[in-house]
Amino acid sequence: MSIRHGLLALLERGPRYGSQLRTEFESRTGSTWPLNVGQVYTTLSRLERDGMVVQDGEDEAGHSLYAITDSGRVELRSWFEHPVDRTSPARDELAIKLAMAVGAPGVDIRDVIQSQRRHSVKAMQDYTRLKAQALTAMEKNGVGERDDIAWLLVLEQLIFQTEAEARWLDHCESRLIRLSSTTPAAGPEPASPGAAPGAAGMGARAGAVAEGVARHRP
Amino acid sequence: MSTQQQHPVLSLRNLTRVHGSGATEVHALRGIDLDVHPGELVAVMGPSGSGKSTLLTIAGGLDNPTSGQVFVEGTDITALGIKGLAALRRRSIGYVFQDYNLIPALTAAENVALPRELDGISARKARTEALAALAEMDLGQLADRFPDEMSGGQQQRVAIARALVGDRRLVLADEPTGALDSETGESVLALLRSRCDAGASGIMVTHEPRFAAWADRVVFLRDGAVVDQTMRSDADSLLTDRAAQR
Repeated sequence: MSIRHGLLALLERGPRYGSQLRTEFESRTGSTWPLNVGQVYTTLSRLERDGMVVQDGEDEAGHSLYAITDSGRVELRSWFEHPVDRTSPARDELAIKLAMAVGAPGVDIRDVIQSQRRHSVKAMQDYTRLKAQALTAMEKNGVGERDDIAWLLVLEQLIFQTEAEARWLDHCESRLIRLSSTTPAAGPEPASPGAAPGAAGMGARAGAVAEGVARHRP
Repeated sequence: MSTQQQHPVLSLRNLTRVHGSGATEVHALRGIDLDVHPGELVAVMGPSGSGKSTLLTIAGGLDNPTSGQVFVEGTDITALGIKGLAALRRRSIGYVFQDYNLIPALTAAENVALPRELDGISARKARTEALAALAEMDLGQLADRFPDEMSGGQQQRVAIARALVGDRRLVLADEPTGALDSETGESVLALLRSRCDAGASGIMVTHEPRFAAWADRVVFLRDGAVVDQTMRSDADSLLTDRAAQR
């Protein structure tokens, strides 16, 4: 997974010791995913067990150096060549929360959507300010700074990802509005196998929304 | 933030706008209060029909509210006559539209100089100011180009220069990135952002969260009312928080 391959990528540039790897990993990714030294050494010892790195003496200060092996290089190539798997998506708390909010008693799903939207747009504002700073730094340092470019790419990934989430929230809201205006406002039906379990015993509007959403499920 | 202590450049007070009457009555705005301070860029977001464009049109004196007040640099523009309003609009407010609205028969420099000439200053001085404004925004090389010789992004940046030439400090932008690709849109926002950092004030309607994120504050409209807003936090503290997690 990513730390493992991240360390291999850094080691391909020459032997390094543990805390040096941590520093380089973080400056590439702007400390977006902070590592502790313990994680680095655990990962290194697994890589060593799997024959992808070897201990390679010490530097002048007495730090144990690690070097990538040929099979480590093969593994790294293969990482770059293969796409990151998206077919078994990680659990997404927001998607789970909205799925549960459909028809949940006492929960206005539009409020759930709006409070998330505010939070996500706010996060984008923060990322965008960091990005503006990164762009200014690149103007000053020139575009040759590998770490500046890497950090910019990571920031933009965060921005695009959050944007996708904000767009999805807009879509959810307008879909719910459309469903609640087109579905007859009948009382809640007994839950069909596909319907949300919370659908029973709610207001007509929320019930209609839950039904509407249930109908769209495969 | 220091900008909060200064008087707002734009203040909307209990603004309402009703279109039509009787059975076809539509409440486009229902009691909006909003301040935009010097140096502040505010983005307005909301689904279509939420009142975003109506808000901007009334804030800019291009339409009248049904009730409520609009203060631009302290003057209630809803109380002005046609002449007074036209003068204030010309003097104090710059507009940026989705489709740039540069005058096709004029070069970039002439487009930017036009509002200053209308202010009554000499053509020569207006041109000097226009060239300075373009140079300050890194657009100097476009000065003698006509709109059809510029890309959309270049035209929009010239439109921002025109909106803020002279003493103008308030720019109203309606979907300024709507006709632009993602990276060009970004350069337009970066320019707007830097003009606000230099002291101007902006209010921008957009449906693109990525562009709204350049603002200091994002206001969410729904059914003609402000339902929510975000404030900006200091990006440096964000980094420090991260660093503290280690």
